Amino acid sequence: MREVYIIGIGQTPVEEHWDRPLRELGAAATLAAIRDAQIEAPQALFVGNMLSGATCGQENLGTVIADFAGFNGIEAMKIETACASGGAAVRAAYLAVASGAHDVVVAVGVEKLTDLAIEDTTGALAGAADADYEAAHGITFTALNALMMRLYIERYGVRKDDFATFVINAHNHARGNPNAMFRKPVTLEDYARSPMVAEPICILDSSPVADGAAAVVLCSADRARSLCDRPIRILGSSLATDTIGLASRREILRCEAIRRSAQLAYKQAGVTPKDIDFVEVHDAFSIVAALSLEASGFVKDGQAIPFALEGNIDIPGSLPCSTRGGLKARGHPVGASGVYQVVEAVEQLRGQAGDTQVKDCRLALTQSVGGLASVAVTHILGN
Amino acid sequence: MQLARFHRLKPCYYRLEGTRCAKCQTTHFPPRQRCNQCGATELQSVRLSRRGRVAAVTSIHQPSSGFPKGSQLMAAIVDLEDGVRLIAQLTDVEPEETSVGMAVEMVVRRLRTDNGDGPILYAYKFRPVLKRT
Amino acid sequence: MSGEVKLLRTHRPVGITSYGAYIPRFRVRTEVIGACWGVGPERIPVRSKSVPGPDEDTTTMSIEAGWTALERAAVPVEDIRAVWVGSESKPYAVKPTGTMVAEALGLSPYVNAADFEFACKAGSEAMQAAIGFVGSGMAPYAMAIGMDTAQSAPGDSLEFTAAAGGAAYLIGPAETAVCTIEASLSYVTDTADFFRNAHAHYPQHGRRFTGTPAYLAHSLGAARGMLDSLGRTAKDYQWAVFHQPVPKFVRGLAKKLGFTPEQIEPGFLAPYIGNTYSGSSLLGLAATLDRAAAGDRIFFTSYGSGAGSDSMSLIVTDRIREMRMKGPMVADYLARKREIRDYGVYLRHMNKIHTE
Repeated sequence: MREVYIIGIGQTPVEEHWDRPLRELGAAATLAAIRDAQIEAPQALFVGNMLSGATCGQENLGTVIADFAGFNGIEAMKIETACASGGAAVRAAYLAVASGAHDVVVAVGVEKLTDLAIEDTTGALAGAADADYEAAHGITFTALNALMMRLYIERYGVRKDDFATFVINAHNHARGNPNAMFRKPVTLEDYARSPMVAEPICILDSSPVADGAAAVVLCSADRARSLCDRPIRILGSSLATDTIGLASRREILRCEAIRRSAQLAYKQAGVTPKDIDFVEVHDAFSIVAALSLEASGFVKDGQAIPFALEGNIDIPGSLPCSTRGGLKARGHPVGASGVYQVVEAVEQLRGQAGDTQVKDCRLALTQSVGGLASVAVTHILGN
Repeated sequence: MQLARFHRLKPCYYRLEGTRCAKCQTTHFPPRQRCNQCGATELQSVRLSRRGRVAAVTSIHQPSSGFPKGSQLMAAIVDLEDGVRLIAQLTDVEPEETSVGMAVEMVVRRLRTDNGDGPILYAYKFRPVLKRT
Repeated sequence: MSGEVKLLRTHRPVGITSYGAYIPRFRVRTEVIGACWGVGPERIPVRSKSVPGPDEDTTTMSIEAGWTALERAAVPVEDIRAVWVGSESKPYAVKPTGTMVAEALGLSPYVNAADFEFACKAGSEAMQAAIGFVGSGMAPYAMAIGMDTAQSAPGDSLEFTAAAGGAAYLIGPAETAVCTIEASLSYVTDTADFFRNAHAHYPQHGRRFTGTPAYLAHSLGAARGMLDSLGRTAKDYQWAVFHQPVPKFVRGLAKKLGFTPEQIEPGFLAPYIGNTYSGSSLLGLAATLDRAAAGDRIFFTSYGSGAGSDSMSLIVTDRIREMRMKGPMVADYLARKREIRDYGVYLRHMNKIHTE
């Protein structure tokens, strides 16, 4: 397979975009990435999105974005893997170039969640889990994550309030990201007072529902050389799945999809966790941030919280996490988040992160997770 | 929920039916067409144990649309006596009365009624085992 | 009516092979209801009544009672050829409760399932039909259930007593019975003492008209017809079970027929859980059977507005002890209690608050 490079990035702010429809958000991010890459048009477009049907009545989203971005006729398709849809769109774009099928493609993640009442969004998001045996029973997506958090707390004896460290960290890093939804700091007191969503997950444990779009331009090595001064290489790209139902897992806390995906990516890139300079984890809930660090091999099982509490996930730390705010503070327009992660990693690798720059970073790991860690997409990027 | 979809789910929702692999005896819930342990396709329909223990529990404060307001909805991971694990609502219990390891048994209860006048969805839930005096 | 009344007797001897009860966990003290409406406890006939949980209805409760009856009987499910549910709080106005119970209990598909309605005697109606079904030899077993989540208008006097619960009876051949059924008798006239119009949320009742001309007349009609035809008196029975709208009616009826307070005590649940309508006399019978000994005679008379009564004369067998140990008893359900202390929460449980 050929080498693949990222030569352009684009994004909209993450917020409640009352004035902007889905197609406009997707087209805007795509065009921003095209401009950044200094190209005219991609040969193919991969649109990551989870809920366009449920929230906007729109399927066939690949066609819609290609059409409204002005690329009528190109290969375009919607890619869906629940909350990892953005990551999967990047994966599909990677495969298109690596296989030699295309030389220049775009992966855009776009999501519009805020038009629906919160109960309806909750109902729609539950489709990421088992529709007939979890969602239909009123067991919300948050509730399933809460059950994982309960098992984690029971097994490792950590305190619930210790999870605040991931939240405080994410908000702290968002101060440097003009596109982030929440840029103000969060304190331990704020966290302790935060109302419960599904016990023990509180509002501050949970990434916000929002709208947004982010896009990346991927191309082959020779195109990268001719088009771009500082292309970022995709050294590893993988996707793995696990059972759809949480109760079907051999061992819930092992997060096998994340484990498998990370190992495949390290192997392909020829690196180990120690080589990674910073990581964009899927911190949809603080428990997922902790489990991701463990399943990706950065720390031993049960050690994520002590690791974080020691300051390792801060920007001057040994493994900065959520360096542009993560899903928690930048926001989580679900199908777009996986692409935001790659865009943000590229900003860091290009040295464009200002106040919140990870100094001398060379290698990044981005990880987009869907369902109850039932699908995970890992990319390893290097400059 | 569409009538046909609910109809297909009834053996599971009303009677907690799963599948058992004729080759390796693994029991599955939800029912499968192919054993996820040994890959065999000779599977029999079986009724699962109705008793089990709670492995984890949560109280849901932000329910999905269509679920009744006001009542504390609780979800739990339940490990049944026959070794099958599933996730279900708990009922007939207050949050402060729940604990990891508590013994529970299956009952059939109302899940919800779509749009107030649609079909009534009934399904399995679990409650503390009824004490016998 | 005199001893000329012909009792209903079956072609072959039948009895109750097993039974199961159900009472929901919630209770509300009636003084909580009275406090909202300015009615002091001295004017309220029962102290507390049972309230269904938000996820319960006649279907769910019938499934549990039916399941207990099945577990205790250990008969092949293919031999149970009918499941009939009597209720005045059917979850659907049109769609049988019986089919849902049949599916949940694994009795489908070669089974008859339908719902009965005759106000509070719908359960004993279902029993009568099951007695005939089995007694004629059409089927080895039939299940009859009386179950209600009785509804009442806020502020109406019925709100103090309308409750939730009932029981399921597996009727089968006398050889397997824990209690044989000697004979039964139905006494029915068209008497509109209590009814609910199709479009009304809540029933209406005829106040004092529900007493002597309704409850009393029909209960006595069936009971005396039964006793006279059998040539017996109250003294020939160990126990008696009556329909229980309010305690005063039950005590009055028992006295008129010559039954003592001790004879009605095991089945007299109304003071604790209120009136479970179609479940009332069936729950009372279950509670009595839970205490009865082999050889005991039980006198049973139900009542349903509209109006009518079903009387039965029963004899307990030596199979009762073993059978009732195999599942929860009425006392287990009575012991399981969670108080609702707020009238608003009670109204929410009963779906009496319109949100649209």
